Amino acid sequence: MNAFEYVRATDHQSAIDLASRPAVSARFLAGGTNLIDLMREGVEQPRLLVDVTRLPLSTVEERANDGVRIGAMVRNSHLASHPIVRERFPLLSQAILNGASAQLRNMATTAGNLMQRTRCYYFYDTASHCNKREPGSGCDAIGGFNRIHAILGASSQCIATHPSDMCVALAALDAIVNIEGPTGARAVPFADFHRLPGETPDVDTNLLRGELITSVDLPGSSAGLRSAYRKVRDRASYAFALVSVAAAMRISDGRIRDVRLALGGVAHKPWRAVAAERTLLGAVPTPDAFAHAADAELAPAVARAHNGFKIALTKRTLVAVLSELSGVDGGAA
Amino acid sequence: MSNERVPVSLKVNGSIHSLLLEPRVSLLDALRDHLSLPGTKKGCNQGACGACTVLVDGERINSCLTLAIQYEDREIQTIEGLVQNGVLHPLQDAFITHDGFQCGYCTPGQICSAVAMVAEWKAGALSAVTKPDSPPQLSDDELRERMSGNLCRCGAYVGIRAAIRDAFAEMSR
Repeated sequence: MNAFEYVRATDHQSAIDLASRPAVSARFLAGGTNLIDLMREGVEQPRLLVDVTRLPLSTVEERANDGVRIGAMVRNSHLASHPIVRERFPLLSQAILNGASAQLRNMATTAGNLMQRTRCYYFYDTASHCNKREPGSGCDAIGGFNRIHAILGASSQCIATHPSDMCVALAALDAIVNIEGPTGARAVPFADFHRLPGETPDVDTNLLRGELITSVDLPGSSAGLRSAYRKVRDRASYAFALVSVAAAMRISDGRIRDVRLALGGVAHKPWRAVAAERTLLGAVPTPDAFAHAADAELAPAVARAHNGFKIALTKRTLVAVLSELSGVDGGAA
Repeated sequence: MSNERVPVSLKVNGSIHSLLLEPRVSLLDALRDHLSLPGTKKGCNQGACGACTVLVDGERINSCLTLAIQYEDREIQTIEGLVQNGVLHPLQDAFITHDGFQCGYCTPGQICSAVAMVAEWKAGALSAVTKPDSPPQLSDDELRERMSGNLCRCGAYVGIRAAIRDAFAEMSR
């Protein structure tokens, strides 16, 4: 690991000022579960770490109309067990508990989860070509072993996936990311927080230099929906998703009146399944309608040499989750 | 500037230690190499195996993925701190009784993890396999899920589960 300077921030402004210093490669340090690992591998080599874990950002607050504000430094384990989250947003609780291990969830924070980087093994391996790690060097995943890689929204530069479970739930729940930075505060809808790779896969998010995530809001309009998170992976626990589905839905008078769907493990960002939602809204919940929705979402999917199975797996998982939520017998899709 | 050693004060197993460390020293390396507490083990050194599990303010964490300097003023407990007045912790006893190990390398992490797992269970923490209608007993499914952050490459899982069950019963009395 490279040597660096460590500063423990005591207030937002000093943290932002430190991280905004010109010509210094700075990173905010929270739980460290991803950043320390990447530094040890030589993938990240910041010269300054600004420890933000002691900033007063560790509370979960009730907001108007059943909403909730989650402090950036609330740890994953505390968030998953929080009574208000369990009651109003069980989808978030479930998604968090499906990720990592108990030890890691005790360390990892809300903001850190949003900022974690891909687990593409070519990104981690500094002997490989990777446009995300080293822009312009090429992508060894595209012609390599790409079983875990993206089927949606990838580019000729990068086919990495976002590894988070929590973020898939946040995407489905229409979260808002609250940010403070050198030029003031702003609120970013979750769908606009992470980026697709395009020509600049080295840029994961739309955060600007020096900007600090202070909290994540969940609007009350997402509260109380019937919801489920299902994760498919190579072992029963403590593994990243091959495919995951976060779904929340409200059915009345035999029709789908509200539906929010997001997919994990399939794209460079948590993937809000807008096309599937569009076909389902107002529809009668049937296995055929669910299969049709999955087909609509997956129409632009691109398979590489080893990840073609993810297209069928995503469809089946989506149909199974929607069937479970609506009480319809999904059968085999 | 940056590879200079800086003062770091750590409270481990009830004692305060004043160290001079580079900021990049992990909590795991601080314990093993600077405080002569080698009970905490370095397995993968990347948060995948759980051998380095220690307790901070009673909660389990991976000490390999943390900088020691981040944990100033916190109560750190290692396997060495579980013995009280020469008496083994019930979980340590149970691991011996049930052969909860073969080579023993993962054992300190398994035991520290289990200590916190029992506390989490008692506090009502959920797991990924908890269902709304789950029985209030610690099922094998719950135990496996809650301990999935600790790998045992010898495969002593049957003994590990038996040991935790046994100690859990005793700790719940």
